[in-house]
Amino acid sequence: MTSSAITASGLRKAYKDKVVLDGIDLDVPTGTIFSLLGPNGAGKTTTVNVLTTLMKADGGTIRVAGHDVATETKAVRAAIGVTGQFAAVDELLTGRENLQLIADLKRIRPAESKQIVADLLERFDLTESAEKLSSTYSGGMRRKLDLAMTLVGRPSIIFLDEPTTGLDPRSRRTMWEIIRQLVADGVTIFLTTQYLDEADRLADRIAVLDGGRIVAQGTPAELKRQIPGSHVRLRFASDLDLETAATILTGATRDAEDDLVLRAPSDGSAKSVRDLLTHLDNHNLDVEEFSVHTPDLDDVFLALTGKTSTTDTTDTTSTTDPKVSA
Amino acid sequence: MASSTTTMLGRNFKHTLRNPVAVFNAILFPIVLLLMFVYVIGGAFDIPGKYIDYATPGMLILTICYGLSATALSVNSDMTKGIINRFKVMDISRSAVLSAHVAASLLRTVIALAAVTGVALAFGFRSPGSFTDWLGAIGLLVLVSFATTWITVALGLAAKTPESAGLVTVPLIMLPFLSSAIVPAETMAPGVRQFAQYQPFTPIIETLRGLLAGEPSGSKALVAAAWCVGIALVGYVWSLSTFKKRA
Repeated sequence: MTSSAITASGLRKAYKDKVVLDGIDLDVPTGTIFSLLGPNGAGKTTTVNVLTTLMKADGGTIRVAGHDVATETKAVRAAIGVTGQFAAVDELLTGRENLQLIADLKRIRPAESKQIVADLLERFDLTESAEKLSSTYSGGMRRKLDLAMTLVGRPSIIFLDEPTTGLDPRSRRTMWEIIRQLVADGVTIFLTTQYLDEADRLADRIAVLDGGRIVAQGTPAELKRQIPGSHVRLRFASDLDLETAATILTGATRDAEDDLVLRAPSDGSAKSVRDLLTHLDNHNLDVEEFSVHTPDLDDVFLALTGKTSTTDTTDTTSTTDPKVSA
Repeated sequence: MASSTTTMLGRNFKHTLRNPVAVFNAILFPIVLLLMFVYVIGGAFDIPGKYIDYATPGMLILTICYGLSATALSVNSDMTKGIINRFKVMDISRSAVLSAHVAASLLRTVIALAAVTGVALAFGFRSPGSFTDWLGAIGLLVLVSFATTWITVALGLAAKTPESAGLVTVPLIMLPFLSSAIVPAETMAPGVRQFAQYQPFTPIIETLRGLLAGEPSGSKALVAAAWCVGIALVGYVWSLSTFKKRA
């Protein structure tokens, strides 16, 4: 199928006089991963809430699974699954009971639902803890249970609002694997994230949301193409070396953050790097350290929003949940 | 295929079973109060007849009110812990979630009422009321529980945090004290007396006392029933509108 799973045009939402979403257009093809990327407060969760019928939009038209969100709410709800930012599990129920509860609410016949629940527990590696109260689960296990609950009844479109925020690196990787499997089964995924690497790795298309507007949209590769090309970073021992190098290398600029670093344009290929280093060597210039820098989504983000992303890679690895799932 | 209301009910019953402390607490406190008033404080009161016969109906009403804090808490934790959003996008009828809370709360209350009545009987409470009087008394207790539970659900929904949800039922627990539950309203200071005479719990308790004493009063019962229906209606409408507003 090449039809659209989600379309939105001119989507607007304001809380009193504060405009949160200011005319958003989206088109998510069926069976793809679409990632809405943006810093905290950009309007990601509001977008999800409006698309999933939890909130009414002030303006614009939205169709989810071919149904109008405003007028065919029931049909939309029947087609979607939502995993919010905070694990929506019942803490006084066991993992198995949580899944059974959703199966019962979706009116799946008991004979069938037992098997569905058992399969989901198996698939999410929760069988061992199935009879334990979910309040005893670690953060990663809770997210997995939460997502498993979303999958009961096989929704064709799944909304994931920051599914890996607060997870340790290992649990994030597990979550990514699960998301990829879902898409392989033909499910459409709408994912919000503030992690650039997450959008980069998972998404077929990315929209960058900033201040209630979409500032860029495209495939990860297309977005990367929108900003200046790759370069080589050269670190010198002294300011004098750097100034000499700056005169012999065309187009080289000083790094804004480190005054002993020079940025020289380069396509990053082995040949151009070799030529560059030979050129410096011919002038008896010693390079202390060098690295090839290809643009990542961080650069895109910076170029598009004028801000750095709220979290960098060191941050994502340090937000480790003390109760790491085993 | 169970309907969503019975499914939700099963969920709330499991919650009650897994949190026996809440039930125990709802039973223990009224019993302690009953014994305190009958054996420690009540001796100083100048009330005709056995004091335990006077105090028991009031204590039963207090039992209902005291148990409500658990209801407010569980309603509120549903709202603040995100699970409600899951239910909302699943297109379960809005009243199913709330009705299940009310039904589970009623069950807890009935258990607590039975326990308190049992203890009162063991300590000498006697009712000359007929079988129909007792049926009337049970009916009234259930009606009061139903009405105050809906108000509590509304309060629990309106509370921003679980901490404040624990406090919202305090006025409901205080009201019976400011009624003729423990001493006749006529003995109270001016101001308090008028309040006690006109607030809903006085006609409710007087009706219950009349029924249990075998001297039912039709006019009082009518006022009591009217209050209950009014409170239940306000609670129900308020609950649904608050539930719709909170995303």
